[in-house]
Amino acid sequence: MIHSLFLVNASGDIFLEKHWKSVVSRSVCDYFFEALERATEPENVPPVIPTPHHYLINVLRHRIYFVAVIQSEVPPLFVIEFLHRVVDTFQDYFGVCTEAAIKDNVVVVYELLEEMLDNGFPLATESNILKELIKPPTILRTVVNTITGSTNVGEQLPTGQLSVVPWRRTGVKYTNNEAYFDVVEEIDAIIDKSGSTITAEIQGVVDACVKLTGMPDLTLSFMNPRLLDDVSFHPCVRFKRWEAERILSFIPPDGNFRLLSYHVSSQNLVAIPVYVKHNISFREGSSQGRFELTLGPKQTMGKAVESVLVSSQLPRGVLNANLNASQGTYTFDPVTKLLSWDVGKINPQKLPSLKGSVSLQTGASKPDENPTINIQFKIQQLAISGLKVNRLDMYGEKYKPFKGIKYMTKAGKFQVRT
Amino acid sequence: MTDSKYFTTTKKGEIFELKAELNSDKKEKKKEAVKKVIASMTVGKDVSALFPDVVNCMQTDNLELKKLVYLYLMNYAKSQPDMAIMAVNTFVKDCEDPNPLIRALAVRTMGCIRVDKITEYLCEPLRKCLKDEDPYVRKTAAVCVAKLHDINAQLVEDQGFLDTLKDLISDSNPMVVANAVAALSEIAESHPNSNLLDLNPQTINKLLTALNECTEWGQIFILDCLANYTPRDDRESQSICERVTPRLSHANSAVVLSAVKVLMKFMEMLPKDLDYYGTLLKKLAPPLVTLLSAEPELQYVALRNINLIVQKRPEILKHEMKVFFVKYNDPIYVKLEKLDIMIRLASQANIAQVLAELKEYATEVDVDFVRKAVRAIGRCAIKVEQSAERCVSTLLDLIQTKVNYVVQEAIVVIKDIFRKYPNKYESVIATLCENLDSLDEPEARAAMIWIVGEYAERIDNADELLESFLEGFHDESTQVQLQLLTAIVKLFLKKPTETQELVQQVLSLATQDSDNPDLRDRGYIYWRLLSTDPVAAKEVVLAEKPLISEETDLIEPTLLEELICHIGTLASVYHKPPSAFVEGSRGVQHRRIPPRAGSVESAESPEVGQSGPSEAPSAVIPSQGDLLGDLLNLDLAPPTTTVPSVQPSMQMGAMDLLGGGLDSLMGDESDTLGGDIGGSPSMGAGLGAAPTAMPAALGGVPPVGGGLGDLFDLGGGVGMPTGFYVVPKTLWLPAMKAKGLEISGTFARRGGIIQMDMSLTNKAMSVMTDFAIQFNRNSFGLAPAGPLQVLTPLSPNQTIDVSLPLSTTGPVMKMEPLNNLQVAVKNNIDVFYFSCQFPLSLLFVEDGKMERQVFLATWKDIPNDNEAQFQIKDIHLNSDAASNKLQGSNIFTIAKRTVEGQDMLYQSIKLTNSIWVLAEMRVQTGNPNYTLSIKCRAPEVCQFVYQCYEMVLKN
Repeated sequence: MIHSLFLVNASGDIFLEKHWKSVVSRSVCDYFFEALERATEPENVPPVIPTPHHYLINVLRHRIYFVAVIQSEVPPLFVIEFLHRVVDTFQDYFGVCTEAAIKDNVVVVYELLEEMLDNGFPLATESNILKELIKPPTILRTVVNTITGSTNVGEQLPTGQLSVVPWRRTGVKYTNNEAYFDVVEEIDAIIDKSGSTITAEIQGVVDACVKLTGMPDLTLSFMNPRLLDDVSFHPCVRFKRWEAERILSFIPPDGNFRLLSYHVSSQNLVAIPVYVKHNISFREGSSQGRFELTLGPKQTMGKAVESVLVSSQLPRGVLNANLNASQGTYTFDPVTKLLSWDVGKINPQKLPSLKGSVSLQTGASKPDENPTINIQFKIQQLAISGLKVNRLDMYGEKYKPFKGIKYMTKAGKFQVRT
Repeated sequence: MTDSKYFTTTKKGEIFELKAELNSDKKEKKKEAVKKVIASMTVGKDVSALFPDVVNCMQTDNLELKKLVYLYLMNYAKSQPDMAIMAVNTFVKDCEDPNPLIRALAVRTMGCIRVDKITEYLCEPLRKCLKDEDPYVRKTAAVCVAKLHDINAQLVEDQGFLDTLKDLISDSNPMVVANAVAALSEIAESHPNSNLLDLNPQTINKLLTALNECTEWGQIFILDCLANYTPRDDRESQSICERVTPRLSHANSAVVLSAVKVLMKFMEMLPKDLDYYGTLLKKLAPPLVTLLSAEPELQYVALRNINLIVQKRPEILKHEMKVFFVKYNDPIYVKLEKLDIMIRLASQANIAQVLAELKEYATEVDVDFVRKAVRAIGRCAIKVEQSAERCVSTLLDLIQTKVNYVVQEAIVVIKDIFRKYPNKYESVIATLCENLDSLDEPEARAAMIWIVGEYAERIDNADELLESFLEGFHDESTQVQLQLLTAIVKLFLKKPTETQELVQQVLSLATQDSDNPDLRDRGYIYWRLLSTDPVAAKEVVLAEKPLISEETDLIEPTLLEELICHIGTLASVYHKPPSAFVEGSRGVQHRRIPPRAGSVESAESPEVGQSGPSEAPSAVIPSQGDLLGDLLNLDLAPPTTTVPSVQPSMQMGAMDLLGGGLDSLMGDESDTLGGDIGGSPSMGAGLGAAPTAMPAALGGVPPVGGGLGDLFDLGGGVGMPTGFYVVPKTLWLPAMKAKGLEISGTFARRGGIIQMDMSLTNKAMSVMTDFAIQFNRNSFGLAPAGPLQVLTPLSPNQTIDVSLPLSTTGPVMKMEPLNNLQVAVKNNIDVFYFSCQFPLSLLFVEDGKMERQVFLATWKDIPNDNEAQFQIKDIHLNSDAASNKLQGSNIFTIAKRTVEGQDMLYQSIKLTNSIWVLAEMRVQTGNPNYTLSIKCRAPEVCQFVYQCYEMVLKN
């Protein structure tokens, strides 16, 4: 199982190590550093690195490499999923997952890691349970602890750990009982030069924030559940009920959790909410190139496209860009050659455009590669797949909860080739 | 007020300060100090000097402080084992605590302290905790067994913890079940052959029930364990699949992939016409696609596994080509994997789309990726015949871009296309030739030269082109040089008139001016071919080449099957069998997909899926009786009586063995052949040389035993009973007679079992495997009681010692000398024959002590003619010591009489074939010479019994 964990910062220093079995010398990380050196970009370090006696599995999150050391055959996905859980837990506890935050809370970090793995076997990874065992640090609590001498380690056996619903603790009490659900969809798409869709798919999630007293049993139904043919559920969802009736029936965890994630594949027709008209051209023998970009809404069901951000990696030969934006602001970084344009909201009556010229470095030949345009946007009150929640019912408790549902569509990896 | 304050005191007296704080009376100060210590520890500072002070803080009811001290203990106990003992009492006490959290914490921490002395104390608390009423404690204890096993495996077995762990698989709590499975799996990894996870339908059912209720991590353990099971039939297989399928919707990708593994393996057993089979295939695609929308590192592992799955079952993802399209900001390792899968999924239906994508990738920034994309276009052309033309035109478009590395890659793949579709796309050669100058990579240059040579007759200026390369011949890499040599020879054979000078030039460059042996050799071969027989040269050099295969990069089917059974593991990421690389997985079991129902194999036992490396090498010779029977039949050699001396008769024996042995080993049914060989004197003489090299072990005592004998002399005086005397190993088969296999050996009788101890040495250059052994019929029916256990291949210069148990129930034939044994040893190289002689004492059985009365009667009964008398000289033992010594070799003294200062010892011996040998030994005090009278109904043995006496007494 998982032997050890090393945390490595962006400058390549190991700033924390934790061993769950015998101690593995930190020199094992030299193999990781070698791979890091070979990689052109920090993201390009291979996730699994073999060494003569160990395997190093790493993930890069928040500019920190989490390097796990394993010695025997362990499913790599198991390790990666666990590392993700570590990152999530740190974020949950400290608000941010940075080197500074980890160093500031090093003892809590150590206590957490000890609680999450035993001999390399996962022990308690549910945030609910961890929080009962080790209280997250808050300024108030630290002050109180210093005054009263109390501790931030729970004295009681976390009850959820053993119950049939390990994700929920007993004795939850709220004065305002509320259950909110967010349906968030991300479109991943590749659009070719001519504007036609090469591939487009939707990654959707239903995130919930449930603050209900007692042991509520919820059912959530959709208007069009047949859209959901590829789904991953939170362990609380009763799979049999879904198979039979296409209804989500569950006892929710307390607080924030991801109820469900789903995938609408490229085989279904996916609506593309924006279009891009572009003309980026360089002439042979000239040091100037033309650059024109216009954005417009398309298939948005009448909703506004907001928070639009366009970015593009221009060819290496480009020296500078002299452009004019009809709205928003643009920046060009002459070192990284990254052009980004903060558009804001698209007004269908007056389409935003970015026009002008780009200059090439003297002597540079006409660039071979065509820049790809990356677009980010948000559309409120719309799930682009058309998914709609029908109703939410609660059983098992007597009070009437506040219920709410929000929809949102975002761009995931939305790329336009030129 | 954060923990960073613990790092601030880095002054010199830090340890001293901490020591003072740790011993403070104030609880709060103590805790802060421990925190500081832990903080220093996490960054790798050595704070082990504080061990006693920190351990002193352990006796507390403050849970946080206790946990912190435990953390410290786990880290440093190893370096301070004596101090760690101090903590034991607290642990044992905590294991009795009413709070299950404390009990679990104590047993968990104790297991993490890797100190032998502590593990002894751990056993009792652990045993209690394994049976604790609280499942939280039980599940922690289950993992603790795995920890303990890691430290002291023997202890865990002796204490019976493994059985308790097995019982926990039937626990009522799913988490306990999952942890027990995880612990057992980990233990099983270091015990490949132990049957720890004995999976049967009942346990499988329990696991499947627990699967639904335990945590995501537990589900992974259980699924991985399920994958090792081989269902009895397709019905069971289907029912397991049905219960595993819901896991495909789990949010944890590791659960999903483990479920995919179980399904991929078990669906192999389902009949393909079953409706459920189709349903299952459909269900597998969406979760795999979903994995690709996860984080890049998850994608990478998923893609490596999908690569295997599309090779095994392309139908699952054949409609999902688009999800493998590359996004420009994917990390490079994801891009390359996606590309590979795109090619595997390419078919006539989607080739247009794929090509358009590949062309797009060829204009990206990343050079490695662009190269691979160009190569992929070539692979598509070779894979999908209908698309070849489009691929070629796409490649030509790319060549027009004049981007250097794109052009070079394109030329390399066009060469492959030519090899797949000869004489079809030669029109493009002109375009290729235009780019000759820009080629600077050896592979591209070699490819271009190959094209020019291969199509020399269609390229007008082929000679000029090749000549231009020749100028810098010595600066080229070997690859290019070899290609250039071949190309010019081809050109010469096609246009002999104009290119004579050129070929001369290249041949002399290659043979005279080069120090590369490969190049020189190839040059000389061409040169001689051309000078001796140009027609033959033409046939050789311009021979029609086989077409290159469609997919050269497919994983070989047996490996693929094994990898499918290991989906989700490191093995599947590296596409290597698990045994090949992971340390610690000693003797990993080779898994096989179970056979489909109804196929012939299904008749086999369920162990089929578990066949491990421990399987004994199958006997080469199916039945010993057959060989020996053959030997007898073939015994056409002249009868031994006609041969005056002993030596030739041994030779004849060896011949017989050869005749028969070869006959049956080679499966040749011609009896006459064997007989001929046996009868042929020349062959016999050649082979007969082997036995001459063997020292006549029986004729005299081997001198090597002298030193040992002295030692025994000392012991003998005290009258200690001694064991069976084993002659030191002698050389039986010299390496030069047996193609490098050298065998030396001896015989021993241990605890009533006859053993032939041999040392096999490989003095050849290559590895030897497949050893087997056979005996010819012999006087006492000695025969191997089992196959020759040489499990590992014998590498060069390696020696292996084997003990072959012998039985005395084999076929009997009287040999000359009586104790002669002819042996045939086979290995992967050949069959070899030798003969050796065993001491008769090998056959003296343990119950050879005769009743006095019977002895007396028998002695009288045996005619005096059968009595033989011998002198044993130079024995400096008294009669008691001698009798003691002889008893070790099963020569039993029944009575002792002293007459006139002479000790008369009456002894009996029983041979394995129930022949009794009676002896009277006279020992005169002060006289080193003994007189031995032997009486037996079969007087032939007397001589050999005497030799045993002498051998035993003198050693």
